[in-house]
Amino acid sequence: MRPFRYQRAGDLAGAMTMLAQAPNGTYLAGGTNLVDLMKLEVATPDVLVDVRRLVSDRIEELPDGGLRIGAAVPNSDLAADPRIRRRYPVLSQALLSGASGQLRNLATTGGNLLQRTRCVYFQDVTTPCNKREPGSGCSALEGYDRELAVLGWSPACVATHPSDMAVAMAALDAVVRTQGPGGERTIPLTGLHRLPDQEPERDTVLEHGELITAVDLPPLPLAARSRYRKVRDRASYAFALVSVAAALEVVGGVIRDVRLALGGVAHKPWRATRAEAALRDAPATRESFRGAAEAELAAARPLPGNAFKVPLARNTIVSTLLDLVEQAR
Amino acid sequence: MEITLRVDGTRHRLVVDTRTTLLDALRERLGITSAKKGCDHGQCGACTVLLDGRRANSCLALAVAHQDAEIVTAAGLAAGEEPHPLQRAFIAHDAFQCGYCTPGQICSAVGMLEEVRAGWPSAVSDPDADEVVLDEAEIAERMSGNLCRCAAYVNIVPAIAEVAGR
Repeated sequence: MRPFRYQRAGDLAGAMTMLAQAPNGTYLAGGTNLVDLMKLEVATPDVLVDVRRLVSDRIEELPDGGLRIGAAVPNSDLAADPRIRRRYPVLSQALLSGASGQLRNLATTGGNLLQRTRCVYFQDVTTPCNKREPGSGCSALEGYDRELAVLGWSPACVATHPSDMAVAMAALDAVVRTQGPGGERTIPLTGLHRLPDQEPERDTVLEHGELITAVDLPPLPLAARSRYRKVRDRASYAFALVSVAAALEVVGGVIRDVRLALGGVAHKPWRATRAEAALRDAPATRESFRGAAEAELAAARPLPGNAFKVPLARNTIVSTLLDLVEQAR
Repeated sequence: MEITLRVDGTRHRLVVDTRTTLLDALRERLGITSAKKGCDHGQCGACTVLLDGRRANSCLALAVAHQDAEIVTAAGLAAGEEPHPLQRAFIAHDAFQCGYCTPGQICSAVGMLEEVRAGWPSAVSDPDADEVVLDEAEIAERMSGNLCRCAAYVNIVPAIAEVAGR
């Protein structure tokens, strides 16, 4: 690990000033991903500004019936919260399907969103990687690509975003609240993470020193019937090959409304808008679900080692939606 | 940096490099070696300790960031000469072979049983059930962050189940 200065401020404004003065510094919260990347010397900040105690660790009711999740809420508390489990079960399930009990206790909501890809080349400083070292090349394009992207990738980077929580939040129309040198702003969760394009080193649209302070979940009655399905190599404690977050409202056998997002397939949590459009007002049948999944995945460009992800994603979408129809009976 | 750590009921003042993990501070600086270094990347659980009562990987925690926490290691679980019930159960069930992962397993199980008492669900819990039934599948899922290279799982699970059932 490279040497760094550890700093704590009395308030958020102080923390922002500290980071503004440290162009190679970064914020520290739970540290479960950052400290690991520092050990690997993938991350080499010279200043860490600890913000774990400066941002909210509470889940609060919003006047519109939604919930505000403080950025320092641990993943374990968020998954266990009775309001989340009742109103947004897909989010609780997504969190519980990720990492381990120990890691969920340390990891925060904001940090979960900002975790980096687990592409093996990104984590191995002896290999070229455009995300870690812009311009050095992508080792995965001619290497081990089994776990990598099938949608939205660029010749510069085929990494996937590893979060389960973010996939559920993408399906739930969540909104990220940030505070930075330029003031406060809100970003739809689906707009927080970027596709790699020519700048795979930038995972998100956040500027240096901009801090996630909370995530808002809007009221979404159909989310009371929602579900997260994760497919992986082990039954527990493994990243997704493919995951599906879905919420479904069916009236008289017809789909009135739906939310659908995919994980493990792209550089960002993938909101399946094409599938959603195909599903609205369609009969809630296996055929509709399959057709919608195929519409979404028509744009997929699998790599030599991960072509299995396309039928796997299709089948997981279909089975998750069928489960939700069954649950409603 | 000069820091204070509270470990197993005792306060320690020490000067550490900011890069020192909580695990290295415990083992290398304070001589508290019950927390073990396995992978050092948060993947094996051998370094598990309780931070303010919650299980956590001490290899991913920076010592400077956890000065105000109450840290409990497996060595601090016993009440005097009386081993913790989970420690007794691990012995009774022969829930280890080499023993390297055992302190982490036991700290993790202590934290896990608290989580169950608090009503926390797991990935294998019935979403519609109000109470957790801690069967084998639940224990395996909840303990998946603790690897045992000797594969003593067949005895670890019953050891934990016995204590949970009391």
